[in-house]
Amino acid sequence: MTVSAPAVRTPAGAALRRFRKHPAAVVSVVFIALVVLAAIFARPLSGHDPNAIDLLSARSGPSGGHLLGTDSTGRDVLSRLLFAGRISLGVGIASAAIAVVIGTVLGSIAGLLGGWVDGLVMRLADVFMSFPSLVVIVVVAGILGPSVLTMVIAIGLFQWPVCGRIVRGVTLSLREQEFVLASRATGAGPLWLMRKHIIPAALPPVSVVATLAVAQAIALEATLSFLGLGVQPPAASWGNMLTDAQSLTVIRSEPWLWLSPGIAVALTVLAVNFIGDGLRDAVDPRSSS
Amino acid sequence: MTAEQIPGAAAASVPGAASAPGAAAASVPGAAPAAAQRVGEAPLLRIDGLSVDFHTDDGVVHAVTDVSLEVVAGEIVAIVGESGSGKTVTAMSVLRLLPKAAEVSADAIAFRGTDLRTLSGSELRKVRGGPVGMIFQDPMTALNPVMTIGAQVAEAVVLHQARSDKKAAWQRAVELLRLVGVPDPAERVKQYPHEFSGGMRQRAMIAMAIANDPDLIIADEPTTALDVTIQAQVLALLKKAQAETGAATILITHDLGIVAELADRVVVMYAGRVVETAGVGELFATPRHPYTKGLLASLPRMDVDVDQLDPIPGNPPNMADPPAGCAFHPRCPLARDKCLTDRPPLLAIGAGRTSACHFSEELA
Repeated sequence: MTVSAPAVRTPAGAALRRFRKHPAAVVSVVFIALVVLAAIFARPLSGHDPNAIDLLSARSGPSGGHLLGTDSTGRDVLSRLLFAGRISLGVGIASAAIAVVIGTVLGSIAGLLGGWVDGLVMRLADVFMSFPSLVVIVVVAGILGPSVLTMVIAIGLFQWPVCGRIVRGVTLSLREQEFVLASRATGAGPLWLMRKHIIPAALPPVSVVATLAVAQAIALEATLSFLGLGVQPPAASWGNMLTDAQSLTVIRSEPWLWLSPGIAVALTVLAVNFIGDGLRDAVDPRSSS
Repeated sequence: MTAEQIPGAAAASVPGAASAPGAAAASVPGAAPAAAQRVGEAPLLRIDGLSVDFHTDDGVVHAVTDVSLEVVAGEIVAIVGESGSGKTVTAMSVLRLLPKAAEVSADAIAFRGTDLRTLSGSELRKVRGGPVGMIFQDPMTALNPVMTIGAQVAEAVVLHQARSDKKAAWQRAVELLRLVGVPDPAERVKQYPHEFSGGMRQRAMIAMAIANDPDLIIADEPTTALDVTIQAQVLALLKKAQAETGAATILITHDLGIVAELADRVVVMYAGRVVETAGVGELFATPRHPYTKGLLASLPRMDVDVDQLDPIPGNPPNMADPPAGCAFHPRCPLARDKCLTDRPPLLAIGAGRTSACHFSEELA
């Protein structure tokens, strides 16, 4: 028998083929990969210390020495942009990860156990979703003091309900499947079912919401840092780099200060969203465009 | 246990049957040869007075009422009945696999002397797939479409390993698939269910059920979803698996052909109750309940020439609102006034035989 020739169609392989049909998503993957690499190799790429003050060359436009110019204290903008990428991507991924873990665990528990547990978890999700997250995060940052960690946890906490609801839905539909019954009949407990049957089945839709959560978190981080409630100077983030653009003079005469972080945020969020769209089509065999 | 019940042989009995009129003829000392050798042996599985109710929007459905049955080591007991007669619910209640909406009550559901209802969740999980294996009806839906066959067979092994050893479990999965006749098992373990034919999938299901050398296999309509040509192969395999593991088997089916092929003893169910139990030879030779007789008359046979097959008239009863008296009376050729009001108790009518018909003697 040579049934396992290259023609084997695994579910993952089929999803990859569908994803490749999405040009915007494929380009976005390349773009995000470049952003990630640039953030990782920020130091060698920029050739400057992001926090090195050089008052003599402050507020100079793009030049050979400083490709994207310098800010009001003479710090290299390119270097700050790349280091800020670390923080922005890190915050985005970490808070999305928190949201996905909480959402997956609570969602599958709610779906699997049902009853009052389900009710409790879902009401909790409603509470989180009905709160204006930005306001709450602002208040929390005000009480605990702004820090990257607080921000990551706060963003994650407010994003889990989306993931939780999806996982619960998948769990509810799987729970009635005969293969889950068959698995229980061979001795599987709730944890095993979650690990082997439910989470793998929930993974495709979860990967979509996780991606979108990353995009949202990056934007939210930029907002909070812009407002001075997120990443604190001198550490750079795309959000707090934009703070410089609060004055009209800067907007008019020193565009290199705000254009690059602004474009970085916009393109990154856009690309992550494109990837999310591509994933959505890739994991849903019925969607044919 | 009632007085006239022969240990290990009589399958079902209604509590208090001994005092019921007509029970005098019941107690027959000395059981049939097959049963005699098992006298004194504790049954592997004993279900006593099992009732299962489902609370639905249309009211309470008594899916199973007062069912008692025993399975001794190594024998094949067939539970026969139409759809909705409660045979699957009976089997599922053994491993407590019924949905939460089901209300189960019983005097005993004892496996090897332990009442399964008293077990904790983790103790119960050791029984499921361990000493009690289960084969499901539809191998198309009972396998996870996005898991490889090997992963699913290995799952049955890993779940019962003292120490998780995935490599050993995978090898055991290959070995099990070879045992159940899947060709080229080392390659085919890596395939997904959609790459397997129906018969091959059912073989994989059987491999999962026998993975941990069970003492009892519960096979719920194991061939119903298969092509007729494949059915024979799977039946032969079931027989082989049963012979090799020495496991007792509860075979749930509506197919009397399969019963004749495999079973030692038969429990006939109708409308959630046991209506007749007998050794397979006796049942086919002299059915003692009009329902069983009707089932046999609707079956084509090689050994008897008939011009026309007689189907049982009418439809199975609505279980939310079953007929009064004997549930079978609307379809019964023997039905008389008594049947409309009095439900016949299940009485012993001979060695290892019971029947729930007021007029079972007329059928003898």
